[in-house]
Amino acid sequence: MKPVVGIPRALLYWQYFPLWQSFLEGIGVETYLSPPTGRQILQDGLAALGTDVCLPVKVAAGHLLALRDRVDLILLPRLVSAARREYACPKLMGLPDLVRHSLSLPPLLSPVIDRYRHDNWPLIRVALAVGRRVGAGLPAVLRSLARAVECYRRYLNLLQAGYFPQEAWEAAGAGQAPDPRAPAGDVVALIGHPYTVYDREINLNLLGRLERAGLSVRTAEQVPEATARRAAAALPKHLFWTAGQQAVGAAFHYLEQEGVVGMISVMSFGCGPDSMTGDLIARRARRGGIIPHLSLTLDEHAAEAGVLTRLEAFLDMVAAQRERGVVVCG
Amino acid sequence: MRLTFPHMGNLWISVKTMLDSLGAPVVCAPLTTRRTLSLGVRYAPEGACLPLKLNVGNFLEAAELGADTVIMAGGCGPCRFGYYAQVEQAVLDDLGVSLRFLVLEPPEGSARELVGRIRAITDARSWWQVLGAVRRGFVVARCLDVLERRAQSLRPREVRPGAADQALAAAEKIMAGAWSSGAAPAFRRARALLEAVAIEPERPVLRVGVVGEIFTLLEPFVNLDLMQRLGRLGVEVSRSIYLGEWINEHLFLGLYPGIHSARGVRKASLPYLGHFVGGHGQETVGSAVLFGEKKLDGVIQLLPFTCMPEIVAQHVLPSVSRDLGIPVLTLVLDEQTGDAGLTTRLEAFVDMLWGNRGGICA
Ligand code: SF4
Ligand code: SF4
Repeated sequence: MKPVVGIPRALLYWQYFPLWQSFLEGIGVETYLSPPTGRQILQDGLAALGTDVCLPVKVAAGHLLALRDRVDLILLPRLVSAARREYACPKLMGLPDLVRHSLSLPPLLSPVIDRYRHDNWPLIRVALAVGRRVGAGLPAVLRSLARAVECYRRYLNLLQAGYFPQEAWEAAGAGQAPDPRAPAGDVVALIGHPYTVYDREINLNLLGRLERAGLSVRTAEQVPEATARRAAAALPKHLFWTAGQQAVGAAFHYLEQEGVVGMISVMSFGCGPDSMTGDLIARRARRGGIIPHLSLTLDEHAAEAGVLTRLEAFLDMVAAQRERGVVVCG
Repeated sequence: MRLTFPHMGNLWISVKTMLDSLGAPVVCAPLTTRRTLSLGVRYAPEGACLPLKLNVGNFLEAAELGADTVIMAGGCGPCRFGYYAQVEQAVLDDLGVSLRFLVLEPPEGSARELVGRIRAITDARSWWQVLGAVRRGFVVARCLDVLERRAQSLRPREVRPGAADQALAAAEKIMAGAWSSGAAPAFRRARALLEAVAIEPERPVLRVGVVGEIFTLLEPFVNLDLMQRLGRLGVEVSRSIYLGEWINEHLFLGLYPGIHSARGVRKASLPYLGHFVGGHGQETVGSAVLFGEKKLDGVIQLLPFTCMPEIVAQHVLPSVSRDLGIPVLTLVLDEQTGDAGLTTRLEAFVDMLWGNRGGICA
């Protein structure tokens, strides 16, 4: 019998879930996804890891613990590099070791993904490693990988057409072609790691709040990689984190975009890359000085009231800016 | 052009030796103090790691003394260090402090870029002279390492408290003047000072390995003189990294031959940490394993708050500790780390280690 494979709803899940899910389904593996982040998961994660670990890794620990008694195996890839001459964050590179030694967990399935040397480093290696471990045959692996990659491509297209991950992978799974969604109204760019931008529980439902305020939200993943890379070329030196490259590039791109009336950088307390990329973005926004920019740092102790006050102030600034804009044009 | 560079322990002695031998005008930033720290904390990004904040402080203080160019190492990830120079330059630019940055790192494009940067420092001097200067700086670093190692073994055994540190300070001063008199004679004089320290060779001492992030290991301002404190508590310190190795790795791009290589250390880490994670994460774990195998009494890990590779290592070390039966103490250092707290934790740890020795010293 094939093992039940657990997937933590954290970190890379927010980026690669459609790819993994479609592949595992294809080779006939039963998967179990940890529930959405909630109080219990958060508490378990915080209790399990040291205080100076970034919030997203603590959240991930909570999800891993939630899988503990339900699955035979946990899929937790070791992402070393997603693109040539670039890296992931050191904590993601070491994640399987970090959690394996500090939490008691079922065996981990941690294939290495390392494109540092070649952009076309074959994904088939990961697929084969996973297939071998769960007892799937070669033909099934090849077929499923092809289908998964196709599904993932549809997913990315949907993102770029203005969908958010959840709706995009539902649509991609159903084989839907993107029907472009133009932003309805003024746009606020919400820049940060997918796992902080989309996990409502840890960001006080920022996305929902902005939409309720009558704004359209656009995120870093919705900018095509090539566009982001072109915009990031304005940096004084090639940024060696792929995720940071996308975030900075997307931010620079949105700063130039008409209809974008504000930008929020969502950072995590204790995040190394955010401390650098967030600063680069904030400086650029300030130097440009055209639209309001807000840096929000999420942490488990952040007083909700404090964050909301700052958000309110930001929204007021955006509103004032829009009014002025109308006056100028009028 | 007036060159300056960031501080990291006594790195300045060998960098200054190198630049002086080239005849390049140098403005040494004042050694790191509370003021340096508060400047850095004020202007550097809030979430940046401590070394970046101190670099910014050093540069601002050097600029006050007339420096106009920074020379520093760089890198290409995955750790923040590889983007330090760019963020620091942005901070200074926004403050209106104009410092030019010459970053010595593997070039992105052609090797010409790097050559150009080196040329900007060395002017018309021949490559032969440049190599000579670099070698000198490096020899000085290696000498400093030897002196420091010697002091680490003297401290817990010295007859008169503080004698070893006095001798070490005097020895370092001699080495700081070495570029004019030549490294070899200076080193002989410096070492003689340490050899003259009276010790009690039979006194029982604890042996503790200190591992972790390089800056916190080398900069006494940040680790609150950890090595001296341990010495006073009767501990002979072994370290995972020394200055010379770091220089070879970061300033010479690992080109200098015949240096103790970290390969064996990394290999020792593999059962626990299956992949390189940037910085010195693997070296930290590997050194802890080797110290455990050598039956040292304990290991202390140092890291700046939020240091990514060391956080990975920190979470792996409990397994090393359990498997090899070696106690591990992790000290996270940040701008608020206070004297009192550190002393209490160190003393408790050292007491426990003496307790583990049981019969030996009772
Ligand atoms: S990128 Fe930041 S948030 Fe993500 S794992 Fe690394 S340190 Fe944590
Ligand atoms: S090793 Fe640690 S302190 Fe050094 S740059 Fe990397 S994260 Fe910062």
